[in-house]
Amino acid sequence: MTDTLSLATHLPPRSLLAGALRRVLGHHGLMLGGIILLFVALVAIFAPLLAPHDPYAQNLSRRLIPPIWHAKGTWEHVLGTDKLGRDYLSRLIYGSRLSLMIGLSATLISGLIGTTLGVLAGYFGGRTDAVINYLITTRLAMPVVLVALAVASLVGGSLQVVILVLGLLLWDRFAVVTRSATMQVCHGDYIAAAQAIGCSTSRILLSELLPNILNALIVVATLEMAHAILLEATLSFLGLGVPPPAPSWGLMIAEGKQYMFFSPWVITIPGVTLLVLVLAINLVGDGIRDASAPENRN
Amino acid sequence: MLRFALRRIAVAIAVAFTVSLACFLLLHLSGDLATAIAGPEATAAQIDTVRRQYGLDRPLAVQFGDWLWHAVQLDFGRSYYFQDRVIDLIASRLPVTMILGGLALAFALVVAVPLGVVAAIRRDSWIDRLALLIAVLGQAMPSFWFGLTLIIVFSVQLRWLPASGADSWQGFILPVVALGYYATPAIMRLTRTGMLDVLGSDYIRTARAKGLRTGTIMFKHALRNAIIPVIALAAVQLGFMLGGSLVIEAVFSLHGLGYLAWEAIARNDYPVMQAIVLILAMIYILLTLGADLLNALIDPRIRVR
Repeated sequence: MTDTLSLATHLPPRSLLAGALRRVLGHHGLMLGGIILLFVALVAIFAPLLAPHDPYAQNLSRRLIPPIWHAKGTWEHVLGTDKLGRDYLSRLIYGSRLSLMIGLSATLISGLIGTTLGVLAGYFGGRTDAVINYLITTRLAMPVVLVALAVASLVGGSLQVVILVLGLLLWDRFAVVTRSATMQVCHGDYIAAAQAIGCSTSRILLSELLPNILNALIVVATLEMAHAILLEATLSFLGLGVPPPAPSWGLMIAEGKQYMFFSPWVITIPGVTLLVLVLAINLVGDGIRDASAPENRN
Repeated sequence: MLRFALRRIAVAIAVAFTVSLACFLLLHLSGDLATAIAGPEATAAQIDTVRRQYGLDRPLAVQFGDWLWHAVQLDFGRSYYFQDRVIDLIASRLPVTMILGGLALAFALVVAVPLGVVAAIRRDSWIDRLALLIAVLGQAMPSFWFGLTLIIVFSVQLRWLPASGADSWQGFILPVVALGYYATPAIMRLTRTGMLDVLGSDYIRTARAKGLRTGTIMFKHALRNAIIPVIALAAVQLGFMLGGSLVIEAVFSLHGLGYLAWEAIARNDYPVMQAIVLILAMIYILLTLGADLLNALIDPRIRVR
């Protein structure tokens, strides 16, 4: 009892929060990433208001107009048009919806699978742990891109299929991280206390254990979201992800590929956009990790 | 050591079996293979013929058992599209992918290890920040887009290197960079963390106190210990790169195993797909097994666990 008391007086919650906030604000990467991510999220939400043109409207007389910084650019199409005369900026804006939606949904599915497996393995240990470890090893041995492509090609590429395939494939890191986090946490006194007063296992896992591994979970979630967005772009680039005419950034790069020798911007613009979004998500993840565990900042 | 090795090998074989079962089920449950092979315009009768001809009408367990029985003898049947034996196709394409993967790993190590070491020694200096920037960019860059950008810069604008093909050694430079860059961030971060850990240890302080030269301390004392976990990571990364080389091979039209897989997927060439997934998984399993055994050999503490 004295132990908990001294701890409580030593680390009052308010100063903990203030300390975390100070670390967040002191961390430029987290700020930068957060601002970019917020911006992309707002763009995705308000896409119909922000897009200057219909992202699907073709105009064959206005094909491959270069962006504004080019000598032949026009203000009507700030980032130019693609091979079918569709406004690049509008497609980019609507594409952010696809990337964010796929990233979030795939991460939700893989997070559910991975966290369940990881927590069970870490909490019960023994034979459960051995079986789940085996599942993780097996999953790691499967070539992700190849399996995702094969399944997408057999089922037929669509938004739902891409989300489902990525969600079912990317749970390994969730499982690995929550497993070791659970192992560290589950020997804590409060877990023993909950067991002693007869809490059910599901209650211990959900309301005692899960909140304490949440930090690690959020960090993995950001990394996996970035991973899922990159993989979606890869699948769409290879022609087996989101089908045309959807404005997926990966698909835009694939469609621009044959024109890239004379108009490099057709692949530079969606590529840089993808890079910036994934970078922002990674910065947020790294920042949260540093802010929540300053002792292992290496 | 022998017991540890035998146990790890048994697990590796079991994992290989499970991976092939998982891929088999995944392919069979994600759609009707006979319909996919026969094509969109096939009649019901044609689909039925295909189903019987390829033995797809048998129960799944029988199909899998049959496939596995032949697969362990390295007989993967004939390709539906190329009409060659699958094993011959793979044998002719594997060298390109192995060269690509091996060189990409070498590139990643040559870039990442020195950068990680210098970043650790000169912690918080501009070079540490540069290393961090390279790592962060590497994690965020889609590999296919990086490949295309390399083509635009070095093949189209500077005209230094060919944009595709494996006819000459120059053709490998851009794909190796594009694929190897992908493994750089992880290796660099681990080298840096390892070096920082080691540099703070007592035996480095002792070595400094003895008056040894800084170079000797860094390379003979620090790097040797910091590099141990990097070996295991490098093996895992090589496995990932071989699996991911499909994208790079597609961008640079390199006719390796990944390109073959892509062709097979586009044509529903199911025996080729299944064989390549199994072979890539086997290579990954062998690589991690090798890394585990090597680690256990270097560091006896691992064997006990």
